[in-house]
Amino acid sequence: MKTIIKKIITFIVTVLLVTLFVFIAFELIPGDAATARLGINATPEALMALREEMGLTRPFFIRYFSWLGSFFFGDMGISYSYGVSVRSMLASKLPITLTLTLISFIMVVAISIPIGVFSSKYEDRPGIKIIDVAGQLTMSVPPFFLGIIVTYVFGMLLHLFVPGGFVSYDVDFGKFLSYLFFPAVAIALPKAAMSTKLLKTSILSERKLDYVRTAFSRGNSTMDVMYKHVLKNAIIPVITFLGMTLADIVAGSLVIEQVFSIPGYGRLLISSIANRDYPVVQAIIAIIAMIVIVINLIVDILYQILDPRMREGR
Amino acid sequence: MKEIIFKIKKNPELYIGAFISVIMILIIVCGTIFSPYDPNAMSAADKFADPSLAHPLGCDNFGRDLFSRLSIGGATTLFVALVTVIIGVTFGIIIGALTGYFGGAIDEILMRFNDAVLAFPSILLALVFISLFGSGTWKVIISLGIVFVPSFARIVRGEFMRCKYLDYVRSARLMGAGDFRIMFVHILPNTLPVVLSSAVIGFNNAVLAEASMSFLGIGVQPPSSSLGRMLSDAQAFLFSEPGYALLTGITIALIVLGFSLLGDGLKKNA
Repeated sequence: MKTIIKKIITFIVTVLLVTLFVFIAFELIPGDAATARLGINATPEALMALREEMGLTRPFFIRYFSWLGSFFFGDMGISYSYGVSVRSMLASKLPITLTLTLISFIMVVAISIPIGVFSSKYEDRPGIKIIDVAGQLTMSVPPFFLGIIVTYVFGMLLHLFVPGGFVSYDVDFGKFLSYLFFPAVAIALPKAAMSTKLLKTSILSERKLDYVRTAFSRGNSTMDVMYKHVLKNAIIPVITFLGMTLADIVAGSLVIEQVFSIPGYGRLLISSIANRDYPVVQAIIAIIAMIVIVINLIVDILYQILDPRMREGR
Repeated sequence: MKEIIFKIKKNPELYIGAFISVIMILIIVCGTIFSPYDPNAMSAADKFADPSLAHPLGCDNFGRDLFSRLSIGGATTLFVALVTVIIGVTFGIIIGALTGYFGGAIDEILMRFNDAVLAFPSILLALVFISLFGSGTWKVIISLGIVFVPSFARIVRGEFMRCKYLDYVRSARLMGAGDFRIMFVHILPNTLPVVLSSAVIGFNNAVLAEASMSFLGIGVQPPSSSLGRMLSDAQAFLFSEPGYALLTGITIALIVLGFSLLGDGLKKNA
């Protein structure tokens, strides 16, 4: 319990540091929100009045905490380009990016754990070498190129989906999921290859330890030793990796959305960067950073539950 | 001969990776220097020309020689990645050495800050800086360079903390060597194998990051060509001319494959 409280305190500190960083970064941009709203031809008096009204003249830390407070209550300011609230722009896109992330993550787990266990079990067979080489090759293909290959093979040659034919979740949920399947493949394959490799090395090094020999000498079957002893220990580094992967997938989906023309956070972020629509950029970056930090916290807590050695500093 | 085969068998990643990387660098450098074509020269007659003796890889949608474009694009990508890693390693060594060697409150504060920065996925952090600085080759380099500092600083710090209580450091101190002499003359050379392998891995990540950002259209800007940008152009012609996208993508993939194997091999040796 003590360690979990400690983790939560670290979590709060990280949230404060990260949001402070995001806040400072966008404070440094020349020209403030008042100039952005009134344009460069505004009179200095009008600018001063609007600054006063928007609270831009208050001290730095007060502005930071008021920004942070309204951010957590969902008030993220007003888009420079569209004049509507950032919240309304982001709310409809969140399910898209989250669903894509989730499908990709499930794929990574579903592919890597069986293959990792299988390939460590039959380690010396020649066929397994092929899996290793294929994994190494998959890891070196950049996700956006993999996305293009997937589009070409599954979309254009096999006609399994229509490239660019995204259907929103509120129109037809089934079609929405089936369109996201192939982008998810493009995100998941390289990550699955990495996690397979990690699980395999982890199982192989765990299998050399004394307790495994003891378990065998007690007459346990290979399956028993594998699932009740080895896998329990070998999976721990993989869990950490999967946590990091989930965070990476959130960021990776930004690029893949561009390849498959999915109107999620990624495309909005890129177009907002190009349009210098800073409130939108700031909100998306803060939200993604928050998601990543929360995932890290969950992984840390899972770690404590899975590995008794980590508890209470033992 | 036997000895060489034995060495290769012991660490195949290192040699295969070095082989692919050297070949790719040679092709890119030779293509950039010796190519008879201006990579930006357009020619309507050669639009999507098939590979021939004149154009070994064919031409793109504006009739520009694809081999020259890939070489110069690859050169841009390699240059960006190289300078990025140099920035990351230099500042990483300075920060990591000072915090690892002296420890104390500054170490604690910097490392907390480091953790916060590392909580961002690197591409997202690079996007923050790009949106502050704007896009363009040097701005991409600076953004990526800053992004890479914390991870190098952490690695160097760990090495310095490990080394600072070792006997050779104590004996150097007994001989009257100053802190900075110990740090940079005695400890630093001993951290180089680890730093080198992580620099190669970082180089690889920089290639990927640059390609992703140029692919998104916020990295290197035209007329400078870059592999990511070319791939994003090629995507529009995917159905009619898949070769354009395929060749560009394979070039990126081979660079990444070579350097990632090389990095793994060096890590094994370190």
